[in-house]
Amino acid sequence: METPDSVRGSLSLAALAGSPRRVRKERLISRVMFCAALVSVVVSALIIYALFSEAWIFMRDVDWSSTWGELGWFPRRGIYDMPTLLVASLWTTLIAMIVAAPLGMGAAIYLSEYARPTHRAILKPILEILAGIPSVVLGFFALLWLAPNVVAHIGGEGGRGSMLTAGIGVGILTVPLVASISEDAMAAVPKSLREASAGLGARNAVTTVRVVLPAAVSGLVASLIVAVSRALGETMVVFMAGGAADAAIRTYSPYDGSLTMPSAMASLASGTDQVVGEGLTFQSLFFVGLVLFLLTLGLNLVGDRFVNRVREQY
Amino acid sequence: MTFSTIGTVAKRGATGFERKRTDLAGGLFKAVILSALVVSLLVLAVLLIDTVVDAWSQLSTRAWDFLNGSLRSRSIDDKLGVKQGLYGSFWIGVFVASTAFPIGVGAAIYLEEYAAKSRLAALIELVIRNLAGVPSVVYGLLGLFLFVERSTIFGFVGLGWLADATGGRSVLSAGLTLAVLVLPIVIITAQEAVRSVPSGLKEGAYGLGATKSEMVWTQILPYAAPGILTGTLLAMSRAIGEAAPLILVGAITGGLTRNPELWDASGLREKFTALPIIIVEWVSERGRDPGFAEAAAAAIVVLLALVLLLNMTAILLRNRFERKRG
Repeated sequence: METPDSVRGSLSLAALAGSPRRVRKERLISRVMFCAALVSVVVSALIIYALFSEAWIFMRDVDWSSTWGELGWFPRRGIYDMPTLLVASLWTTLIAMIVAAPLGMGAAIYLSEYARPTHRAILKPILEILAGIPSVVLGFFALLWLAPNVVAHIGGEGGRGSMLTAGIGVGILTVPLVASISEDAMAAVPKSLREASAGLGARNAVTTVRVVLPAAVSGLVASLIVAVSRALGETMVVFMAGGAADAAIRTYSPYDGSLTMPSAMASLASGTDQVVGEGLTFQSLFFVGLVLFLLTLGLNLVGDRFVNRVREQY
Repeated sequence: MTFSTIGTVAKRGATGFERKRTDLAGGLFKAVILSALVVSLLVLAVLLIDTVVDAWSQLSTRAWDFLNGSLRSRSIDDKLGVKQGLYGSFWIGVFVASTAFPIGVGAAIYLEEYAAKSRLAALIELVIRNLAGVPSVVYGLLGLFLFVERSTIFGFVGLGWLADATGGRSVLSAGLTLAVLVLPIVIITAQEAVRSVPSGLKEGAYGLGATKSEMVWTQILPYAAPGILTGTLLAMSRAIGEAAPLILVGAITGGLTRNPELWDASGLREKFTALPIIIVEWVSERGRDPGFAEAAAAAIVVLLALVLLLNMTAILLRNRFERKRG
C-alpha cells in the first residue's frame, strides 16, 4: 500500500521539529529565562566588585596604625579601630546565642517531638509571625521595654541602650531561625528510629535525647552557625539599642554601649551630613562591609555543608 | 466467647503490663522545652501589647490624622504623622513586586525546567543560596554604589547613567536595592513551587504537542501560582520592614517637607523616607521630646499591621493549598 504524499510529508522529521517560527520563539524565551537566572550572578559579582574596589582604596591609603590599638571607633576623625567593632560584634552575637539557642531549640524539640498535630498547626504560624517582625520593631522593644524591665535587673542600666540590651534583642530576632532549621533537621530523622527506640522501651524523653538529637546533630549545629551569621549582620537592633551613636570607645564590658560592624556602617551613613568626614570615611564603610561580608559568607558556607550532611544521611 | 469478654481480657492484659511509676525526668524534660516555646510566645505577646499600649495615646484620638500627617519637630503637633513614610514604603513594595517578581519567577523556571540538574544551574543555585545569607547592610552598600554614587567598573564601565536615572538618594534607588535584596527569597520559594508541579501535568502538555514555553505557561505557572504568590508576599513584607539598606541608600527624616499622595509618582526621584526610618528617627528623638516614643510606637503599629497582613495572607494561602492538595 502506498502512503499518500501529504501524509508522508507531515510525518517527516522536519515536520516534527515544529515550524521555524515556533522554534525561534522557544529559543528567545529560553534566552530570556536564562538572563533572569543570570541576574543573581551579576548581583553577586557587583557586590564583590563594589566591596573590593572601595575597600581597596581604604586599605591602600589608610594609616594602618589607626585601625588597631586606638582608643575607639571615630571614623569622622580618621580613627578606625577595628577591635572596637569586633569586640562589640562578639559580645552581641554571644549574648544573642545565649538567648536564641535554648529558646529556639527547645521550641523546635517541642514542636517536632511532643506537640500534637492540632497544636502544631497553631503554634508554628505564630513562630512564623515572630520571624516576620521587622528588626526596627525589635530595636524599639529592646530599648524601651527590655532595657528597663530585664536588663536593669541583671546589672545593666534601664535608661539607655547597651550591648547586653542589643544582644538580647538580636537573640529574640534569631529564635525563629534557630527553631525552623532545627525543626527541619529533626523532621528529617526517619520515624523508624523513633519507633525502634520506643519498641525497646525507651521513654519519649530518652528517645528524643539519645536518638533524635544525635541523629539530627549536624542540622542543629547548622542552625546555630546560620544564626550566628544572621546575628553578626543584624543592623537595626544594635543601631537603636546598642547605646552608641556616631562613634564608640573600645570597651570589653557588655553593660556599655558600643558599635558592631553593621551598626557602625549604619551610623556612619545616617545623620544629616550623610557619608562625609575625613578623606577615607566613605571607603571605610566598604572596608567594614567587606569584613562583614567575608565573615558571614564563610559561616553560611560552613552552615550549608552541615545542612546538606543531614539531607545526605537520610 | 463474646466480643465484650475479649474486650475485658484485653483491658486486663494492658493494665497488667502498666507500671504505676511517674516519669519524673521525662516530665521535667518536657516542661523545660515547653517553657522555651512559651517564653518565645510570651515575648511576642509582650512586644505586641507593649507597643499597642504605648501607641494608644496617638491612635485612639487621632488615628486618621496620624496616617495623613507628616514629619514634625514636636510630638504634640496636630499634623504629626507617617504619610511620607507610607509613601516611601508603598512605592518600595511596588518596585519589589514589579522587578523582583518577574525576574525571580523567570530564574526559578530556568533553574527547574530549562537547566535542571546541569552544572550551570548548580552553580547559579549556589550563588543564590549565598546571596540569601548576605547581611542587609551589604545590599545597602551595593545600592549606594550602583544607584547613588556615580561609580565606574574597572575604570571604563560608567554607571553614572544609573544614578541619573534613579535621581540618587530616591525611592527609586531604595526600591531597586530592596528588590535585589529579596530576589533570592522570591527565587527559592518559586523554585519550590515549580518543583511541586506533578510531572504528569507536564507530560500531558508535551503529549498534546505543547512546546516547553507553552507547557510552562499553561501547566506550571497556574499550578505553582499560589506558592509563587506566597513567596512574593513574604518578600514584600520583608522589604517593607527593612531599614538598614535604606539608611545606606540615604533615606532621610530631616527637612522633608513634601507630603505627596500615595499614587503621586512625581516624587519617586526625590528625597524620601520610609516607615522603618521614621520609627528609628522618632526613637532617637524621644530624648529631646518624650512624646516621640509614643509616636514611634504608633508608627510601629502601622508598620506591623502592613507586615503582618502580608505575612498572614501568605501563610494562610500556603496552608490552604497544602491542605487542598495534601
